[in-house]
Amino acid sequence: MDEFKEMISFSIRAIFVENILLAYFLGMCSYLAISKKVSTAFGLGIAVIFVLFITTPANWMIHEFLLRPGALIWTGVPSLAAMDFSFLNFICFIAVIAAMVQIVEMVIDKTSPTLYASLGIFLPLITVNCAILGTSLFMVEREYGIIQSTVFGTSSGIGFFLAIVSMASIRHKLRYSNIPEGLRGLGITMLTTGLIAMAFMAFSGM
Amino acid sequence: MSEPLFSAKSKKVFTDPFSENNPITIQVLGICSALAVTAQLKPSLVMGLAVIAVVGGSNVIISLLRNLIPNKVRIIIEMVVVATLVILVDQLLKAYAYDVSKQLSVFVGLIITNCIVLGRLEAFAMGNKPWASLLDGLGNGLGYAWVLAIIGFLRELLGSGSIMGHDVIGKLYHAGYVNNGLMVLAPGAFILLGLLIWVQRTLSKYVED
Repeated sequence: MDEFKEMISFSIRAIFVENILLAYFLGMCSYLAISKKVSTAFGLGIAVIFVLFITTPANWMIHEFLLRPGALIWTGVPSLAAMDFSFLNFICFIAVIAAMVQIVEMVIDKTSPTLYASLGIFLPLITVNCAILGTSLFMVEREYGIIQSTVFGTSSGIGFFLAIVSMASIRHKLRYSNIPEGLRGLGITMLTTGLIAMAFMAFSGM
Repeated sequence: MSEPLFSAKSKKVFTDPFSENNPITIQVLGICSALAVTAQLKPSLVMGLAVIAVVGGSNVIISLLRNLIPNKVRIIIEMVVVATLVILVDQLLKAYAYDVSKQLSVFVGLIITNCIVLGRLEAFAMGNKPWASLLDGLGNGLGYAWVLAIIGFLRELLGSGSIMGHDVIGKLYHAGYVNNGLMVLAPGAFILLGLLIWVQRTLSKYVED
């Protein structure tokens, strides 16, 4: 029971206090580009949660059983057991992410054409969303276990979802306001994001 | 070779990204790392150099390969080239600048998914000769680096009262000056970049619809 409680607070920390977007700035590109309309922001958010939920544990397994120092002990070959392949982390992770996104795309296409149609172009573009690769790299750097990694991945996705949907709603309201010329578009979005980030920091007492 | 190496056109390719077509403030690419590593000046400068090296290098390699790459699998090939260069940069940093590499943590690896790199490969290197691509890559890298340097400078000065780790405000503390802790945190980065974009766009007269 205690472990369960710990996971809940771990998850809340990943969603709010250490929000992947507002505290670590990951996924800013798609956040800025896709937050113009609420409906598309919603679709992208859901897709990101889904991909993070799958890729983080997959990358954890690759790191644990193939790449980390001493990971190949299970092969029983002494020369392999002494190898450290962790420098291959980047290239393996990005390959797994690209492959997973492709598989997820095919599965969704077969099982639920309506969801597939609503996600559209955003699904393939998730490959180059730094939030996905960043989550895997954080997982390695902080030495999470398999359950922690899955919870961390999913919670980061939820955090991204909350941030992008709230930004899209704010930009919707901003559309008719009178903003100084140079500040229009990106400038005002950055300032608003700063304010949202401050609001999310208020959770840090939890 | 029909045109000289330093023609007016190649000069424009090189200098455009500094201001009129700046990757961060105008094209809105590579914002993640621009905010994440700039709490201090030193990591900002190192990050700028790393990105210059990766963008320049990958632009040349992809430009050399551009007629051999099948269109359908080009993204994967580009990713592999970029990831290889990033691994090189990461290993070099770990060998020669370990402290900074620890400070940058995952953000060196995240150069792979930095939109500037892929954006330049797609938009320029796939359709231009190696020399022009090199200039374009270096120009965009520098355009990125100067924005990082300014934000890093301001955030370290206002947030921790120092530059490159040297205390510069010193005496002012006795006069009642207090560091603005917000600058070191995430919201300070967003707000500072927002203001910088405002200034830069006003100067270069760029207006978003």
